Amino acid sequence: MNVLQERKEKISKEVDNIVIRFSGDSGDGMQLTGMQFTDTAAFFGNDLSTFPDYPSEIRAPIGTVAGVSGFQVNIGSSEIYTPGDNYDVIIAMNAAALKVDLPRLKKGGIIVANLQGFDKKNLLLAKYPEGVNPLEDNSLENYIVHKVDITKHTKECLADSGLGIKDIERSKNMFVLGLLFWMFDKPLDSTVRFIKEKFAKKPAIAEANIKTLNAGWNYGDNTEIFTTQYKVAPAKLPPGTYRNISGNHATAIGLLAASEKSGLPLFLGSYPITPATDILHDLAKYKANNVKTFQAEDEIAAVCSAIGASYTGNLAVTTTSGPGLALKTEALGLATMLELPLVVVNVQRGGPSTGLPTKTEQADLLMAMHGRHGESPLPVLAASSPSDCFETIYEACRIAIEHMTPVIFLSDGYIANGSEPWRFPTDDQLREIDVKFLKEPNGDNGEVFPYRRNEFLVRPWIKPGTKGLEHRIGGLEKENKTGNVSYDALNHEIMTRLRSEKINNIQYFIPDAKPDSGEENAAIAVLGWGSTYGAIKTAVKELLQEGLSVAHIHLRYIHPFPKNLGELLLGYDKVLIPEMNMGQLLQLIKAAYLIPATGLSKVQGLPFTTNEIKEKIIELLKA
Amino acid sequence: METLAIDTNGSFTSKDLDSGMDVKWCPGCGDYSILKQVQTVFPELGVPKEKFVFISGIGCSSRFTYYMDTYGMHSIHGRAAAIASGVKASNPDLSVWIVSGDGDAFSIGGNHFIHLMRKNFDVNYLVFNNQIYSLTKGQYSPTSERGKITKTSPYGSVEEPFNPSELALGAKASFVSRTLDRDPKHMQAILKRAHQHKGTSFVEVYQNCPVFNDGAFFAFSDKETKKEEAIFLEQGKPLIFGNNDDKGIRLDGLTPVIVQSQNGYSTNDLWIHDEKDKTKANLISRFFDTTFNDTHFPRPFGVIYADERPIYEESMQRQAEEVISLKGKVPLNKILSGDKTWNIL
Repeated sequence: MNVLQERKEKISKEVDNIVIRFSGDSGDGMQLTGMQFTDTAAFFGNDLSTFPDYPSEIRAPIGTVAGVSGFQVNIGSSEIYTPGDNYDVIIAMNAAALKVDLPRLKKGGIIVANLQGFDKKNLLLAKYPEGVNPLEDNSLENYIVHKVDITKHTKECLADSGLGIKDIERSKNMFVLGLLFWMFDKPLDSTVRFIKEKFAKKPAIAEANIKTLNAGWNYGDNTEIFTTQYKVAPAKLPPGTYRNISGNHATAIGLLAASEKSGLPLFLGSYPITPATDILHDLAKYKANNVKTFQAEDEIAAVCSAIGASYTGNLAVTTTSGPGLALKTEALGLATMLELPLVVVNVQRGGPSTGLPTKTEQADLLMAMHGRHGESPLPVLAASSPSDCFETIYEACRIAIEHMTPVIFLSDGYIANGSEPWRFPTDDQLREIDVKFLKEPNGDNGEVFPYRRNEFLVRPWIKPGTKGLEHRIGGLEKENKTGNVSYDALNHEIMTRLRSEKINNIQYFIPDAKPDSGEENAAIAVLGWGSTYGAIKTAVKELLQEGLSVAHIHLRYIHPFPKNLGELLLGYDKVLIPEMNMGQLLQLIKAAYLIPATGLSKVQGLPFTTNEIKEKIIELLKA
Repeated sequence: METLAIDTNGSFTSKDLDSGMDVKWCPGCGDYSILKQVQTVFPELGVPKEKFVFISGIGCSSRFTYYMDTYGMHSIHGRAAAIASGVKASNPDLSVWIVSGDGDAFSIGGNHFIHLMRKNFDVNYLVFNNQIYSLTKGQYSPTSERGKITKTSPYGSVEEPFNPSELALGAKASFVSRTLDRDPKHMQAILKRAHQHKGTSFVEVYQNCPVFNDGAFFAFSDKETKKEEAIFLEQGKPLIFGNNDDKGIRLDGLTPVIVQSQNGYSTNDLWIHDEKDKTKANLISRFFDTTFNDTHFPRPFGVIYADERPIYEESMQRQAEEVISLKGKVPLNKILSGDKTWNIL
């Protein structure tokens, strides 16, 4: 290492926020590196938002554009709602990574390039023309480029470690991380702790990683090429205790919380599918918390086992993504007919078919709303951010239990894998969930009426094993009240309407819609649902600062809609609905309220940028 | 087979099991006999009535649920086994009975069938096999014989049928049996054995469909043919059949051979049935097709295989207890906070 005798002069620059893109091969450890950086920034008090963006292959062909795995983080000293439109810094572990990410690097942005990743072989793999090396021609003159021989420095640093070349190579992401910590003036201790825990049983590896991490930091501190440290001050967030959380983890612990607060055992029937599998991974660890996870033989068995568990009185859940939800639709018809509580988690991804398994999309909304045979309405809720997954899944559980119905909870790959700081609640701040099981016959003359409803049309939940309440339920149409099989024409109409009315009644148990930012009756309302929250929030916030008449309304409850939604929307001159689909909420809103809303559609497997939304708002305001 | 005597606990009678719903199977349907035998046997099992749960799929067989005054769910086509898995996993205290037909269990529900056998929940799986789709009015099923003329196979089915017991054994079933609607005593004995067996008990019931496949199994119950065409397995007893009990089956290496007493064979030479012997069970299960050089074997009835191995819900429960004793329950506040938090003042 080039250790200078005298300390070099350091410039320190305060910035409001900074967007960093860690980019490399699937095997380069970019996700881990990015998450470690994130944890440290969060711990330091920055607000932030992350966006892991990786290929569906576990180890895609090395060095190719297809194999690039990215992790994006936006850290700020004020509130942050998106991972950022454009990057301030790119860490490019190879030529392919630079090729993929350069178009979104801000002018004057920083590139930290791993020299070895730009050798002849890598340039060829990244399909740069013969003889072209972006690090050596003048194509990057608008950027600040740091060429660092990360591999060489890592090897030098670990020359005496006794480790094999493979283990040494694997440590190079720690060098990058150390360098980044220097560049952004962050301490190393959180990552040192992490390394010690992760490699508790392999002390040699732990030591090597820590040594490399320090070497990276020292490299920044000592070499002439790095002159500037960027400081992002802690954000002025509401006071409280925070943690970092991803959407999938928030969903898992939301289910745990609902189970505990309802006093019901949690049963998860699931079949692994990207990007929902993490929820199954998470819950499988909580066997001591009255949780049973059942890895079923297929998606259908997953939902059916959950229906079985709901029948016996568990809080029953199935987790999946679009293709899995398609397979579960017949069973959802059954659950609707039986009127049993069931929570269906759909972490959406690009479709149709296998589509873009690791990329995000919001294109399952209409399937969630209508994708069943017959008239089978059920509540649909959508989470708007990683931490919002907690509250929304908790609400989904409450509605399922208190209204005896399957509920679909929509998340997507963007918020499922993305993370943000979360001022988490404590046990006593969580709303109670009211559970009642029928214990005695509910007929006036001692009869059992499994489908006798309360004032909100909710039927009783009866656990098999309860003496004296033996009864049959099934998929055939049932007679009102008794639940006996009935083919009577008028009875079918009565039951169809009762099932529908029961779901409509939920609008009286959910909050009214109101603007998240901006005023009622402004010139334009931007109506969003799901993971577009951050981009819309930021766009509207910026336009409000510019003095434009704009508001942001965001829907958690999509079916039923909040009861005042139509009235609220009619107060605006224009309504814009941005969605990562071809206009699905747009259809629902137009159909429900007959308003001339405008859609903004994006189907690239990527979230909206703030700018895309801002431009559309301005265009509409001018029109 | 031996009938095991179990004391009636006296809490309910066969009549109490009648749900009062009109039974709507066709006159002469074999399902009536199955319903009758189940209602006869259940009071003797020592299980309170409210602990019985029937889960059925779709098909004539699956209407069974509605006729039993127990808990029950008439579900969707092929999925009864999957639903029952969730019922048993979430409440191991219930006595779970799956009712299905040959189409429901082996065609649309084939995947759930094999995985249920493999996982070995302590449930009972009754498959009413009539070798035809009846509720949809007569199409060939996955157990219909090759060449079967039906509405969807007017020139004869070109498909090879499943051999259900062989399929179940291949899927690691821990209890494989066969009985038939026209032998009430035998069916009652098998139902009791199925209940007693700890693990998934697969009971294939040959059931006559008088409308679409009449007489498919009569050879195994008619007086004139029964003794030649059927062999009734009993634990520890030699494999004997024939009109005068003059035929037997012996093992020549791993090849079953039919021998006759007139040729000098005695019962000492015969194969002694051992339901715990998987190799022999595999051979028995294959008696009815043409596996063995076209020798026409009698169809086996009774418990073909029964051996205990770990039960899913018990393993699940034990693992949970281990985790509880090892790590303890995580307090909700700890779950909410995670491992790393920071304060903003």
